[in-house]
Amino acid sequence: MNTPADQDDVRTGPTRRQMAIGTALVSGALLVGCTPGDLLSVGAKTEVGAFGPFIRIAADGVVTVVNKHIEFGQGSHAGLAAIVAEELDADWNRVRVEQAPANAKLYANTFMGVQGSGGSTAIPNSWTQLRKAGAAARAMFTGAAAAAWSVPEAEITVKDGVVSHAASGKSAGFGELLEAAAAITPPEDPKLKPHEAFTLIGTDRVRRKDSLEKSTGKARYTQDVAMEGMLTAVVAHAPRFGAKVSGFDDTEARKISGVVDVMEIPTGVAVLAKSTWAALQGRNVLNVTWDEAGAEPVGSSEMESRYAEWAAGQGTLPDKLKWETFETRGDAAAAGEGEVFEATYHFPFLAHATMEPMNCVAQVGGGEGVRLTVASQSPTLDQINTARITLSLPGSVQIDNLHAGGSFGRRANFQSDFVAECVHIAKKVGKGTPVKLVWTREDDMAAGYFRPLTHHRVKIRLDKEGFPAAWTHRVVTQSLMKGSPMAPKGIDTSTVEGAMGSPYLKATPAVDGQVLMPEFGIPVLWWRAVGSTHTAFVMEHTIDQLARMSGKDPVEYRLALFEKAGASRHTAVLKLAAEKAGWGQPVPAGVTRGVAVHESFGSVVAQIADVRIVDGVPRVGRVVTAIDCGTAVAPNQIAAQMEGGTCYGLSAALHDEMIIKAGAVERKNFDSYRVLRNSEAPTVETHILPSTNPPSGVGEPATPVIGPAVANAVLAATGKATYRLPMIRA
Amino acid sequence: MATSLEINGRTVQVEAAPDTPLLWVLRDDVGLTGSKFGCGIGQCGACTVLADGAPVRSCSLPIGALTGVRITTIEGLGGTHPVQEAWVKLDVPQCGYCQSGQILSAVALLASKAQPSEADIDAAMDGHICRCGAYQRIRAAIRDAAAQARA
Repeated sequence: MNTPADQDDVRTGPTRRQMAIGTALVSGALLVGCTPGDLLSVGAKTEVGAFGPFIRIAADGVVTVVNKHIEFGQGSHAGLAAIVAEELDADWNRVRVEQAPANAKLYANTFMGVQGSGGSTAIPNSWTQLRKAGAAARAMFTGAAAAAWSVPEAEITVKDGVVSHAASGKSAGFGELLEAAAAITPPEDPKLKPHEAFTLIGTDRVRRKDSLEKSTGKARYTQDVAMEGMLTAVVAHAPRFGAKVSGFDDTEARKISGVVDVMEIPTGVAVLAKSTWAALQGRNVLNVTWDEAGAEPVGSSEMESRYAEWAAGQGTLPDKLKWETFETRGDAAAAGEGEVFEATYHFPFLAHATMEPMNCVAQVGGGEGVRLTVASQSPTLDQINTARITLSLPGSVQIDNLHAGGSFGRRANFQSDFVAECVHIAKKVGKGTPVKLVWTREDDMAAGYFRPLTHHRVKIRLDKEGFPAAWTHRVVTQSLMKGSPMAPKGIDTSTVEGAMGSPYLKATPAVDGQVLMPEFGIPVLWWRAVGSTHTAFVMEHTIDQLARMSGKDPVEYRLALFEKAGASRHTAVLKLAAEKAGWGQPVPAGVTRGVAVHESFGSVVAQIADVRIVDGVPRVGRVVTAIDCGTAVAPNQIAAQMEGGTCYGLSAALHDEMIIKAGAVERKNFDSYRVLRNSEAPTVETHILPSTNPPSGVGEPATPVIGPAVANAVLAATGKATYRLPMIRA
Repeated sequence: MATSLEINGRTVQVEAAPDTPLLWVLRDDVGLTGSKFGCGIGQCGACTVLADGAPVRSCSLPIGALTGVRITTIEGLGGTHPVQEAWVKLDVPQCGYCQSGQILSAVALLASKAQPSEADIDAAMDGHICRCGAYQRIRAAIRDAAAQARA
């Protein structure tokens, strides 16, 4: 059973996490009686129909759900539409989905205060909002039918888009009642269905709406945009972070057929052409000289050794850099009788490496205002950054939001880096000319915004029963939030989330957890599952080693600690995974099993991975996954996210590693930046814990769990722990 | 300079230098944008098309080499190909960006081997990267399409 405290965690987790980003973005403005959305939507021209900003209904009864979130693979099109369709009692087969325009007031993420997707919040933040929208529209139809048929509204039923009155035998589709329904004032607080009345939510009928267009090449991505008179731009970027253009010779570039212009912009030199190939060829022969005086001098290997020294209390810390406490209790340094475990763990920089390299289409000038045609993860940030360059009102910047060829966090950043680059070029070109910025894979990989390189050091003293009595934990990593509107007053919890507040720490009487956040000129960013990408590995792999030291079964050891911590949701998912996997029962010859459990984005995931060691490397087979994500809206897509999130995490555990030398990115394409491929993919089996709590995150929570589950299986097979990722180094 | 190409059963004249990669001709000149740009060096498979039925990486294939070669892109499959139907039935795509290439390699695999083994699937599909990690459903859809063909 979930306790009220658990429910509270589900509800407040993302809210606390997002820290009122909207308010922060407009700080300096006097927020009296208006919200960030009010200020940031000034100048917007969004049309809202009778059924509100999220629902349009056509004369043929087809329901269009307006999706305020990006669709980058996570299935928001399916989940959000299903929430509306459920309360509206629409015919699921006659529901379509459309991307919302940019509008910080109408389409704000209710956890952030501005429009944007992140933190696995698409369904959680929309849950009540879209249920109310659907229920209000339904009430408008029942009200219209009651008036038209002169029957009591309470006797009217709605099913699959048909409004009926059984006693009189009357019925009509949404289309037939449309005009009358649209004239009714929507109720402010419509009655929502109890969970047991759901007929669509939680069923396998909730399937993707975009599978056909994505299987026929028809889905439209930014890369595919073509407009009359459009120019394609590619940019010669600095070879090192922090280097600047000192001069360039474009004589040869301008000789390439199709090249129309070459221009300096803040981030490099842009070549504009009538086709992508011409622009690429132009850039090939462009001669740029770089001023590298301000370039970042360090690389990943120096950072790795410095971090290790600092965590060990050696070396000198840079000025003003100091350790900050994220969790403290009792005296962790006090001597005791039990065994002591000490380990360090290292995690490399990681690229998001979306399949579609970053790109953008922008139009500036020409009397039409400023327009972006781009897959925008954070329309409000993109509006603000565009408005700064074009000197316009953020709310007036129009965004046609498209399908994204992946993001994993990459498309949302405080600088809107690739969007801003495109807007700078489009502003110079002017006249409303569409400019499509195309980044090659190399541009994309070299632009940074990596998951930060991170080092952990732990020292744990066990008690007589073999459970942690004192836990000392040091984390060294760049902050994601420093210098941003989301920068907190205290520590940046995104660097330690997953360790901080872990049930294992809760179960330990003495804790000393501290984090050090040095600054380097290498841009870092949230990467699917953020801090948990490293903290989950450290916590879960450490726990397995402690269980071995204590001679206890890893599942039993965890259950005992969850009991001490009162972590009932962890207990439930671990028991479910263990039962479904047949934990403790014989496994096929050559297979060993590893377990891991982790909470992130309000959801708890447990995985049990079957691993074989083949030619010295782990091959992952069956992965039994249990998740508590509150109410399961779209079970088939929850399974898809468990499958995909597991692959993303396994890729990082086995292969992904960005190498930087003297501020220059070494691995710029998939020949050197190795990622998971089909033959290495596991078979993920998803089990969803039944729940009526509000929905919590699904897109990210599987990613951090597989790495430690595999490392724990390798530990069981070989007796060797994994202290550095990736496990297979190129 | 005009080059004649046979794309999806049509003869198309394109004004482009013979060393231009097929991918950019398809996307920018012919207007077929289903084939995607992912890496530009034949490593990710997003740009895969069929050349006389065999999967090739259009990002690294100059059009000058394609005289008399039948090119099939995702648009040429028609939308009701059994492989596409299996993809839709199992909700394979997530972001979807790699799927045109994945589907064309699966089509070529099943054309050459109606009942592929797991090792055949590995060999045919390992040249394709899917960062969303839809691999499990890609394999399932290939098996499903093979089973439909058997039935």
